[in-house]
Amino acid sequence: MDTVYFVAQQTMYFAIPLLIVALGGMFSERSGTINIALEGIMVVGAFAGISFINFFQSSMSGQGLLILAILTAGVSGGIFSLFHAFASIKLKADQTISGTALNMFAPAFAIFVARMVQGVQQVQFKDTFYIRSVPVLGNIPVIGPILFQNSYITTYICLGIALLSWAVINHTRFGLRLRACGEHPQAADSVGINVYRIRYAGVLISGVLAGIGGLTFVVPTSTNFNATVAGYGFLALAVLIFGQWRTKKIFFAAFFFGIMKTFASAYSGIPMLKALPISNEIYKMIPYIATLVVLTFSSKNSQAPKAEGIPYDKGSR
Amino acid sequence: MKKGHNMLKLNSLTSFAASLMAIAAGLIFGLIILLLSNAQDAIPAFLTILTGGLSEGARGIGQVIYYATPIIMTGLSVGFAFKTGLFNIGASGQFTCGAFAAIYIGIKWTFIPPELHWIVALLGALVAGAVWGAGPGLLKAFFNVNEVITSIMMNYIGMYLVNMTIVKTVYDSLKNQTKMVAKSAVLPKAGLDKIFNTNNLNIGIIIAVLAVIIIYIILQKTTFGYELKACGINKSASRYAGINEKKSIILSMVIAGALAGLGGGLLYLSGSGKYLQVLDVLAPEGFSGISVALLGMSHPIGILFAGLFIAHLTVGGFNIQLYNFVPEVIDMIISVIIYCGAFALLFKQIINKAFTRTADERESEVDSVITQPETDDLEGQNNDGELIEKTDNEEAL
Repeated sequence: MDTVYFVAQQTMYFAIPLLIVALGGMFSERSGTINIALEGIMVVGAFAGISFINFFQSSMSGQGLLILAILTAGVSGGIFSLFHAFASIKLKADQTISGTALNMFAPAFAIFVARMVQGVQQVQFKDTFYIRSVPVLGNIPVIGPILFQNSYITTYICLGIALLSWAVINHTRFGLRLRACGEHPQAADSVGINVYRIRYAGVLISGVLAGIGGLTFVVPTSTNFNATVAGYGFLALAVLIFGQWRTKKIFFAAFFFGIMKTFASAYSGIPMLKALPISNEIYKMIPYIATLVVLTFSSKNSQAPKAEGIPYDKGSR
Repeated sequence: MKKGHNMLKLNSLTSFAASLMAIAAGLIFGLIILLLSNAQDAIPAFLTILTGGLSEGARGIGQVIYYATPIIMTGLSVGFAFKTGLFNIGASGQFTCGAFAAIYIGIKWTFIPPELHWIVALLGALVAGAVWGAGPGLLKAFFNVNEVITSIMMNYIGMYLVNMTIVKTVYDSLKNQTKMVAKSAVLPKAGLDKIFNTNNLNIGIIIAVLAVIIIYIILQKTTFGYELKACGINKSASRYAGINEKKSIILSMVIAGALAGLGGGLLYLSGSGKYLQVLDVLAPEGFSGISVALLGMSHPIGILFAGLFIAHLTVGGFNIQLYNFVPEVIDMIISVIIYCGAFALLFKQIINKAFTRTADERESEVDSVITQPETDDLEGQNNDGELIEKTDNEEAL
């Protein structure tokens, strides 16, 4: 049973950032703008958040500091994503090109600023955020150890955001308009929806969520930030497509990948797997191979937004 | 007729001018960043970036060519896929697989006659890259799986697979990298090392240029290339016209993979003391290839120059460390150039407007009596519309 709890807790560290970033990607793509820049936005968010912690950790600590850092990460991710929005919505630029440029810019920028400010490119931070057990909830049998022990507050915030995202995209007027802009912007425009504004909102939300996701990825897995999120932005893109651009499916996709990733990184902590004569590279490959296999069987009927990637031109209606 | 010809000329001219404007914007941004971080050394550092490889004479140029060779190949890979409507973000994995195949053959297959050894090793790299590119192609063609995602997955699978295989076959455990390849597997220098006074240089660049020419011919002069491009522009129309789109998708990914794989072979058989290391890091050359392809607007010749240009900046980036600047400044400059390159359409419109306006003015000077100002305006608009349409088409092709 301890092994199960261990796997569940580890899975959270991997699945939560993927979930939140993929949901960010969903807001952008459902509004009709491909956001391949998720990786870069994560780096910017993580950099801003960790720098904030690094700067203020002498005067504060604990959950308050982490929550402020999450806000910093979200705001900076949002601002950074506006460059993508401006290029792809206002200037009708190729969205892949703009996204690639941002992906390239972000780590270079983080290394440059870190080196200029503090001499080394790694931004260190003290982990004062670890929660051994959530009061009361942590003592519930079974559920307690799985959800409320060895965790971080980011997990609960992100799960909350996920629930909110589901409600917003499926059950609000804004969500309906956003989906309309991704499926048939001309029709949306004809009933008086400002397609440009909705798409800006979509990309902005994706930036905020990806920024938070960057911080969420770094805090539990490391004590310094070295201008990389290890390809998690790209993996989130995979989760988004794997999840067919739908909130619930993205949730399961993120956890599927998270569990696979947990086996890959923590198999030596699982006695049953450690005994098997399989080289550790094989375990590392499993999440990627599994994603390929699942995608192969699920992509035939892709539910991608129809107007995704096509700049909207009011004149062509 | 004559007017149409002029317009085409004007069109390619404006494309070029748009690229130059993007480059200028990137460099100005770099200058601003340098000035903000350390105003004192900013100007000399900026001049170092601009002079790049040229500051060290022939040796510097040799260095630029050495850095350019693999990224021209990955750039060609990404650019070729772009032309056929696919985004090959997997050049990194294909590059690594190619590199490994080349090294493996270079170390283990010493039974091959020495004159042929390096050729076989390069062919091995090409085939390994092609196989790795085929995966996403097949999945896209038969199962409609998005090639962006599959090639990202293939990047990671390739990296881990190569790491695992290195450790089992050609591992130098002291240095955590591959062993040295046999002398006969190192690419011939053909005197290039003497000309440029650097040991790193060999016929790799000639092979890269040949690849550029071959891809140019395939894309521009053959029916096969035309079919590939047609599929990239409009899949349904191509199918209607009797083109086998599945075959096109698979073949273009295979060719893209082969190009990237060959790039890996060229780099790791250069005898420059570069080894494939066992680290969990994706090969950065694959991602540089995306920049090169975008900067070169996916045109083979453009990619050749874009590769040289980025290598030139990279050498400059190494040199600015003398002034205590980090080489990442170069990455920022390149990304700003690419970002501004995304505005190419906007730049072109501005330039076109400026040009057509002056042309109209000249015309109206000549027959000012006959032409009414209103029709003049209309004509200007028509010209604009046509030009924009053309640039669109060209970009898509």
